[in-house]
Amino acid sequence: MNTAAEKHIDPAQQWHQIRMIENPLIRHSLALLVLLYIFWSMLSINVDWGRFLLGLPRAANIVARMLPPDFSRWELLIRGMLESVQMALAASFIGMILAVPIGICASSNIVPKPVYLMARAFIILSRTFHEIIVAIFFVKIFGFGPISGVLTLTISSTSFISKMLAEDIENMPPGQIEAIRATGAGFFKLLIYCISPQAMPRYLGVSIYRLDANIRHSTVIGIVGAGGIGQVLAASFSRYDYDFSLAILLSIIVLVFLGEFFSNWVRSRLR
Amino acid sequence: MLEVIALSKTYATGTMALDRVSFVVDQPQVVAIIGPSGAGKSTLIRCINRLVEPTSGKIIVDNTDVTAQGQRQLRKTRRQMGMIFQEYNLVERLTVMENLLSGRLGYVGFWKTYRRKFPKADVAAAFELLDRVGLSGYQDTRADSLSGGERQRVGISRALMQQPRLLLVDEPTASLDPKTSRQIMRLIVELAHERGTPALVNIHDVGLAQSFADRIIGLADGKIVFDGTAKEITAQVLTDIYGEEDWSTTIQKIQQSSDSAKGRQAWKQKNKIEREVAAE
Amino acid sequence: MSEKTVVHDYPDVWQRFSPRQTLIRFIWYVGVVFVAVWALSTLDISWFYFLDAHLQVKDLAVRMWPPNLEFARRLVAPLIETIHIATLGTIITFVIAFPIAFLAARNTTINRFTWFIGRFILVGSRSVNTVVWGLLFVAIFGPGPLAGIWAIAFRSIGFVGKLVAEAIEEIDPGAVEAVESTGASRLQVLLIGILPQVLPVIYGTLVYRWDINIRESTVLGFVVAGGIGILLYSSINQFLWREVTVTLMMVFCVVLASEFLSAKIRHRIS
Repeated sequence: MNTAAEKHIDPAQQWHQIRMIENPLIRHSLALLVLLYIFWSMLSINVDWGRFLLGLPRAANIVARMLPPDFSRWELLIRGMLESVQMALAASFIGMILAVPIGICASSNIVPKPVYLMARAFIILSRTFHEIIVAIFFVKIFGFGPISGVLTLTISSTSFISKMLAEDIENMPPGQIEAIRATGAGFFKLLIYCISPQAMPRYLGVSIYRLDANIRHSTVIGIVGAGGIGQVLAASFSRYDYDFSLAILLSIIVLVFLGEFFSNWVRSRLR
Repeated sequence: MLEVIALSKTYATGTMALDRVSFVVDQPQVVAIIGPSGAGKSTLIRCINRLVEPTSGKIIVDNTDVTAQGQRQLRKTRRQMGMIFQEYNLVERLTVMENLLSGRLGYVGFWKTYRRKFPKADVAAAFELLDRVGLSGYQDTRADSLSGGERQRVGISRALMQQPRLLLVDEPTASLDPKTSRQIMRLIVELAHERGTPALVNIHDVGLAQSFADRIIGLADGKIVFDGTAKEITAQVLTDIYGEEDWSTTIQKIQQSSDSAKGRQAWKQKNKIEREVAAE
Repeated sequence: MSEKTVVHDYPDVWQRFSPRQTLIRFIWYVGVVFVAVWALSTLDISWFYFLDAHLQVKDLAVRMWPPNLEFARRLVAPLIETIHIATLGTIITFVIAFPIAFLAARNTTINRFTWFIGRFILVGSRSVNTVVWGLLFVAIFGPGPLAGIWAIAFRSIGFVGKLVAEAIEEIDPGAVEAVESTGASRLQVLLIGILPQVLPVIYGTLVYRWDINIRESTVLGFVVAGGIGILLYSSINQFLWREVTVTLMMVFCVVLASEFLSAKIRHRIS
C-alpha cells in the first residue's frame, strides 16, 4: 500500500522562493560587488577618521547647545518665514501659469514634433541643475534678496508642473481626442473642451504639491542669499547660535508639516 | 451623397489596409460593413473624415472632394459627418449635456465654447435628443458614471447634434451585451431613417448586420468582395469574406421580418404624416 | 384629415454650474488672485533691477564662453567623489529607512505611538533640505565628504521611507492573512507575507532616490561637505566663469548618465 512516506519526492518539484534576480550567480555576485564598492569608495575618498571619532562627542556637544531652542528672536524668525512663504506662493503662482503652454507643447500626442522637442529640451535643461546653482546665478545678476529666490523657484516650479502636465496629457485615452477632432473642432477648442477638463484635477493637485515643495526649497536657496528663512538659518550656523538654529529648524518642520496638511486637504477636495 | 473612388491606404509599417476600394451611396440607407479583424473596416471609416490620411484615392461627399481639402475646410466638412465610436469616446469628466453639446463644437466660436454659452436652438435640440434616446433627466450626470449602453446613447446623440449629412459608425456594439447591442443598433437605424441620413456602420456581428442594415458590404484583405442586401448573403459569401466555417446558423431566414424593414416603414409613415400636415 | 403632431416644449437654457457653484468658484478665483498679488507686492523686490537685467545676462554669457577645457582634468576626481557620496549615502538610507518604514505603516506598526514616531521621523527628515543637513553635519564632523554622506542619508530616509510606507499600506491583505492563519510569528509574517510584495518598490525607490542624490551631491560642496560643489563654489566666487561653464557641462553629463541608468534599472524592476 502506498503511504505518504513511500511516495518519492521529485527533486525538480521542490519549491523555491521566486526572487527578483533568478540566476543565483548574478544575485550573489551583485551583493559581493556592492560590498566591494563600499570598501573601495570609503578608501578612496578623503575621510578624516580622527575627525569622525572626535565628531561623536562633538555631536553630543552641539545637540546640548541646541537645546533648549531659543525663540527669543522670534521677530526675525517670523519675518524670515513670511518671506519664504511669500516667495513660495509667488513662484508657484507664476510657475502654474507658465507651465500651461510649456506642458501643452511638451505633449507628443497633440503638437507637432519640433515644438515637442523644444519644450522637452527646456524641461530637461531646467531640471538638471540644482536650485542652489540656479539661485547663485540669479544672485549674481539680480543681487541678494527674494527676487532671486522667486525667479529660481519659478523655474523649478514651471519645469516640474509642465512635466507632470505633459505626462498627464500623453496618458489620456486617445479616443476622446479623436472624437472631439471628428466633430470639426480645431486645436484650441480641443484644448478647452477635452484636454482641460481631463487634466485639470491633476494639474491643480500637482501645483499645490509644488507650493509645499517650494517652501522647503526656499530654505536652502536662502543660504546663498536668495532670501527667505534660509538666510537667517545660515547666519545662525555661522555664528554658532545653535539654539536659535534649532528654533528655526523646528519652525521649518512645523511649517512644512502644515503645508503638507493643507495640500492634502485641498487635493482630496479636488477628487 | 457619398462616393468612394479607388481608396487605398498603406501604413508606415508596410501593411496595405485598403486596396482600391470603390463604392457609392446615393440614397439615405444604412450600409453595414462586415469583415474579419484587420480587413480594413476601421481604416475605411476613418479615411472618410480623414482621421486617417488615405494614401491615394478620392472621397466625394455631396459633390465636395474631401481628400483635396486643407485643414480649415476639412474641419468644416468634419462637422457635417457624425462619428460614433466603439469605445464611446466621451469626455469622461464632462456631463452628458456637455458631451452632447460638443457635437456643436464645429459650429460655435471659441469664447462661447469656453464659457459654455451655446445657442438656444442647440440646447433645445439637445434636450429633445435626450428624450428621444431615453436619457431624459441625465443632462447633469457625469459621463464616467454611466453604463455602456447609456454611454453609447450619448455618443449617438453627440453625433446627431452635428446635424450630419453622413453618419460614420465604428463597431458601436462591440463592447455591449447582446440585448443592449440590439437596442443600440435599432436606435441608430431608426434615427438614421427618421432624419434621412445615410450611415456607414462597421459591424463584426453578421446577424446584427442582416437584421438591421439596408445594404451590406463585405470587406476582406482591404478589398470589397460583396455588395448587396441581407437576403443575398449565402454561405459562399461568408466564406469569401471570413474563410471556411459552418455558416448555417449565422445566416438568418429571409421569412423573418427584419427590423430594418420595420424602420423603413416608420420613416415612410412619418414622412406621410408630415406631408399631410404641410398640406393643411 | 389633419393629424395633430405633438410639439414638445423643450427648455432652451442650460448652465454648466448652479448659481451656488458659480459663486463658490468665483470666490476661489478671487482668493487665489488676491493671495498671489499680496505675495508679490509685499516682497521686497526692486523692479528696477529688471531694467538692466538683459544687459547683465549678456555680459555674463560672454564671460562664460568658451569653456575652459583644460580645467576639466581637475574635475574628474571630485566628480567621482560626488558619485561616492551619493551612493554611500543611499546605501545607508536603505539600512535605516527600512525599519522606519515599517514603523510608519499603519498595518505593520506596533501601536499608535510608534506610528506617530515613525511618521514624525520621516516628516522631519523630509522638511530639512540636504544642504541644510550638510550644514549640520559639517558642524559635527567637520568639513569633508563624511558630512556629505550623512546629509544625503538623513534627507533620503524621509523620501524613501514615505514611499515604502505607502507601499506597505497598499499590499494585498489576503496574502498576509493567509500566512498569519498558518500560525506564523510576527517576524515570519513580515518576511514571507509582506516583504516579497514590497521589495521591488524598495529597490525601485532607492534607485530613484540615488538619481536625485547625485544632483544633490553636486551642491553639497557649497557648504564644504565634499564633492564637486567645492570647486564650483570657488570658481564662482573667483569669477572664473569659463571654468564654471566646463564644470556645469560635466555635471550635466553625469546627471544625465545617472538619470538614464536609473530609468533603465527601474524599468527592469517593474
